Amino acid sequence: MSTTLLLLVVLGLALAAWLAARARAWSFQREVGARGLRSLPNYHAWYVALWVALPALIFLVVWSVASPPLVLQSVLASEAASALPEFGFKRESMLAEARAVATGAAPAVFNPEAQGLVEPFRDALGTFNLIGLAVTIVVAFVGGAWAFLRLRPDFTARTRVERAVMTLLLIASLVAILTTLGIFASLVFETARFFGMVSPIDFLFGTHWGPDPMANAANPDGDTYGAIPLFWGTIFIGAIIAMIVAIPLGLMSAIYLTQYANPRIRAWVKPMLEILAGVPTVVYGYFAALTVAPAIRDLALAAGMSNPSSESALAAGIVMGVMIIPFVSSMADDSITAVPQAMRDGSLAMGATTSETIRRVLIPAALPGIVAGIMLAISRAIGETMIVVMAASTAANLSANPLEAMTTVTVQIVAMLTGEGSFNHPATLSAFALGFVLFLVTLGLNFIALRVVKRFREAYD
Amino acid sequence: MTERVAPTRTPAFEARLKQRYASERRFRVIGLSAIVFSLSVLAFLLVSMGYNGIGGFQRAELTVPIDFAESGVAGDASTLSGPTGISALETQGLPDVVAFYAEQALGAEGAAELSPGAWREVAEAVVANPDILRETVTFDLPASADLASAMRGDGGDEMRALAERLSSEDKLDRNLDVGFLERSDATDPQQVGIWGALKGSMLTMFVTLLLAFPIGVMAALYLEEYAPKNRWTDLIEVSINNLAAVPSIIFGLLGLAVFLWIFPTYRSAPLIGGLTLALMTMPVIVISGRNAIKAVPPSIRDGALAIGASPVQVVFHHVLPLALPGILTGTIIGMARALGETAPLLMIGMRAFIATPPDGFTSPATVLPVQIFLWSDEVNQGFVERTSAAIIVLLVFLLVMNGLAIYLRNRFEKKW
Repeated sequence: MSTTLLLLVVLGLALAAWLAARARAWSFQREVGARGLRSLPNYHAWYVALWVALPALIFLVVWSVASPPLVLQSVLASEAASALPEFGFKRESMLAEARAVATGAAPAVFNPEAQGLVEPFRDALGTFNLIGLAVTIVVAFVGGAWAFLRLRPDFTARTRVERAVMTLLLIASLVAILTTLGIFASLVFETARFFGMVSPIDFLFGTHWGPDPMANAANPDGDTYGAIPLFWGTIFIGAIIAMIVAIPLGLMSAIYLTQYANPRIRAWVKPMLEILAGVPTVVYGYFAALTVAPAIRDLALAAGMSNPSSESALAAGIVMGVMIIPFVSSMADDSITAVPQAMRDGSLAMGATTSETIRRVLIPAALPGIVAGIMLAISRAIGETMIVVMAASTAANLSANPLEAMTTVTVQIVAMLTGEGSFNHPATLSAFALGFVLFLVTLGLNFIALRVVKRFREAYD
Repeated sequence: MTERVAPTRTPAFEARLKQRYASERRFRVIGLSAIVFSLSVLAFLLVSMGYNGIGGFQRAELTVPIDFAESGVAGDASTLSGPTGISALETQGLPDVVAFYAEQALGAEGAAELSPGAWREVAEAVVANPDILRETVTFDLPASADLASAMRGDGGDEMRALAERLSSEDKLDRNLDVGFLERSDATDPQQVGIWGALKGSMLTMFVTLLLAFPIGVMAALYLEEYAPKNRWTDLIEVSINNLAAVPSIIFGLLGLAVFLWIFPTYRSAPLIGGLTLALMTMPVIVISGRNAIKAVPPSIRDGALAIGASPVQVVFHHVLPLALPGILTGTIIGMARALGETAPLLMIGMRAFIATPPDGFTSPATVLPVQIFLWSDEVNQGFVERTSAAIIVLLVFLLVMNGLAIYLRNRFEKKW
C-alpha cells in the first residue's frame, strides 16, 4: 500500500514540476519572444518532470526491495523477538502473521504467541514508511530544483529530453537480454546445485526415475534420478505421436488451402484453423483427460487388451497433435507460397497434373521450410505442459507401447515443484535440471530451424 | 498397314491418364478431408464444452419457504449493515431457522440434503434487504452435491429416490445459477463460483499489460528505428526471437527462482504472476510491433525529417500513431495468449485453494485457467459441469479479445 502511495506522490510532484517548468518557459518566451527560445516550452516541462520522477522512481524500486529486510531486522532486534523459535516453519509463520496484522491485511493473529510481535512490526513499518516518504520527497525535490535552475531561454531542453527518451528505449530493448540471462542464470545455478547432489551421469543416462521428495536430502539415491524415461516419454508423445497426427493433417491442409481452395474459402478456413492454436492448452488438457483418454481406453478394452491405462501416451499425443496442426499448416503454407510461381507454371506446362506438380515440384522445393516448420512444431510440442499434466501419467515408463502410461519432462517439472518438498531437496532441484535440458533442446531446435528458413529464403530471393 | 494412332491416344496412355486423374482426385479429397477433420475436431471440442458447460451454469436447488416473522429473527438496516451483518444473523440462530423450515418443507431426509452453506445465502438476502424479515419468503437454496448428482442419475438408489420424490413435488429443480459468476472457489461444487478466479485473472492481466506493453513498444521502436547494425543489436534480436519460442513453463521456473526469491512474501500474488507473464508476452508484442512499424512507409519519415522534425519527433509524432493499430492488434493477441496460460502460474504457486476474491495485487489469488485445472482434478462429479462452464467463460473472454483484435486490424490498419 505504501508503495502505491509513494508512487502517487512522485507522480503528483512530477506533474507540479511539469506545470511549473512550462510556466517558467512561457515567461522566457514573453521576455525574449518565441524565436529566442531554443526548445518549445513543453520540452522544458518534460525535462524538469523527468528529473523529478526518474531519480525518485529509481529510489522507489530500490526501497521496495530493500525495506522489507530492514523492517524485519528492526523487528528481530526488538525484545519481543527473543521469544521466537530459532529456525523453521513456526518462526516464519509467526512473523508472517504479525506482519499481516500490522499492515491491516488480517484482523487478528491466529497464534497468540505472535501477538507480541505485532507492535514492533507496526512501529518498524511506521518508521520505515516515514523514512521512505521523506527520502522520496527529498530526492524528487533535489532533482527537480537542480533541473529547474538550469532552465534558460537558450537551454537545449529538447536534445536532453530526447537523449533520455533514447536511453529509455535502449533500456527497454535490453530487457529481452536480461530475461534471457535471467532464465539462463537461474537454470544454471539451480542445476549446478542439483548436480552437486546427484551426478550428471546418473541423471542423463539413468533409466529409472522415481525421486522421493520425502527421502533424506543429504545423500540422495542417484539411481532414482535417471531421466531417460522422461526424455523418451517426451519424445514419444511430443515428437512422434503428436507429429504423426499433426504433420499429415497440417501439411495436407496447407496444400489444399494454397493450391486448391478458392480465395474466399481460404479467407474463412485459415482463421478457423488458427482458432485451434488459440484455444488455451488447459482446455485441450481437459478435453484429452475427459473425452479422448476414456475413449482410447474403451477402444483398447474392446480390442481385447487387459487393463489398458486411462492415462495413455496416445491420448495426450493425439490432442497435442491437433493443437499443433495450425502451426505446421501455417509454416508449410508460407514455404509453399514462397516457391516461385515459374516452377509451378513450368511443371503444369509440361502436362503434369496439379497433384503431380505439388508432389514432385512444390514439396521438394519447399522442403527446407517445411522441415524447419516441423522442427518448430516439435519444440512447441515438447515444451507443452498442460495437456500432458492433465492427460498423461506421472509414472515414468520406458516403453514403445502408445497405450501405456508415460510421463514427460514438463509433467515432472510440475510434479516436483508443486509438491510438498523443500526447496533445497534434490527432488525439487531436479525440476530445474529438467527445465535446463528442455530450454537447451528447444533453443537448439529453434536456432537450427530459423537458420534453415533464412537460407531457404535466400535461395529463392 | 495399321492405322496410325497419336502417341497421346494409345490405350496404355489412356489408362495411365485415367490413373493419373484418379490420383489427382484422391489427393484433392485427402487435402479436403484433412481440413474437414481439423475443423470438426474444433467443432467437437467447442460443442462438447458448450454442452457440458450449460449444465455448469445451473444448479440443483431446493425450494424452502421461510416465515421470518414467526421465526423471531430480528434486525433492521442499521444493525445488519456492514461486515458483521451475517455473523449477527448467525448468532441469532439463522442456520437453525433455515434447517427448521427446510425440514418442514422437505422432510428430515430432504433437509439433510441442503447444502451446508445454504443459510449463508439466506443471510445475504436478508442483509441486502432487511425488510423481508417481516414476511414469508420462498428461497431456492442449493442442494447438497450428493443430491445434485443423484438428480443427474448418478449415486445411490436411496438418494435417487429422494431426488425423484422432491422433483415430483416441485421442490427440487435445476435453476440458472447467476451466483456462479459472483462467488469464488469452494469445496462443494454447488457452492463454487468463478468470480475470484476472474478477478485474479484481471489483476494479473493488468500487471502484464502495464509492463509488457510499454516495454515491448519501446523495444520495438528502438530496434526498428534507431538501433545501429552491430553485434549488440543482433544479440537483442536473437534473444527476443528465442524468448518467443521458449516453453512457457521455463518462464514459470524463472518466476519461481528470481521473483519469488526477491519477494518471498508475495507467493501466488497477481503481481508476481503478472510479472512472469509480462516477460512471456513482451517478445510477442515486440515482434508484432516491429512488423507494424516496418509497414509504415519511409516517405512518412522522410517527409517529417524534411520539414525539420528531430528523429524522436518523427517516431513519436508520425510513425508511432500510424503503427499503433497494428501494435495494439499484436498486443491483444499476446494478452489473449497470456490469459489462457496455466503452466508458469502453477510454478509460482497460484494453485492454492483460495475461497475469497483477491483484494489487491499482492494478496493470494488464482486465475481462470488455473481454476479450470484445479476443478478438473476434483473427484466430485459436480465439478465436471462447473469446469466446462469455467472453460466457456474463459473462451468467451478469448473470443472477445480476438474479435477486438480482428476488428482493430480491419478498421484501422492502412494498406500503403
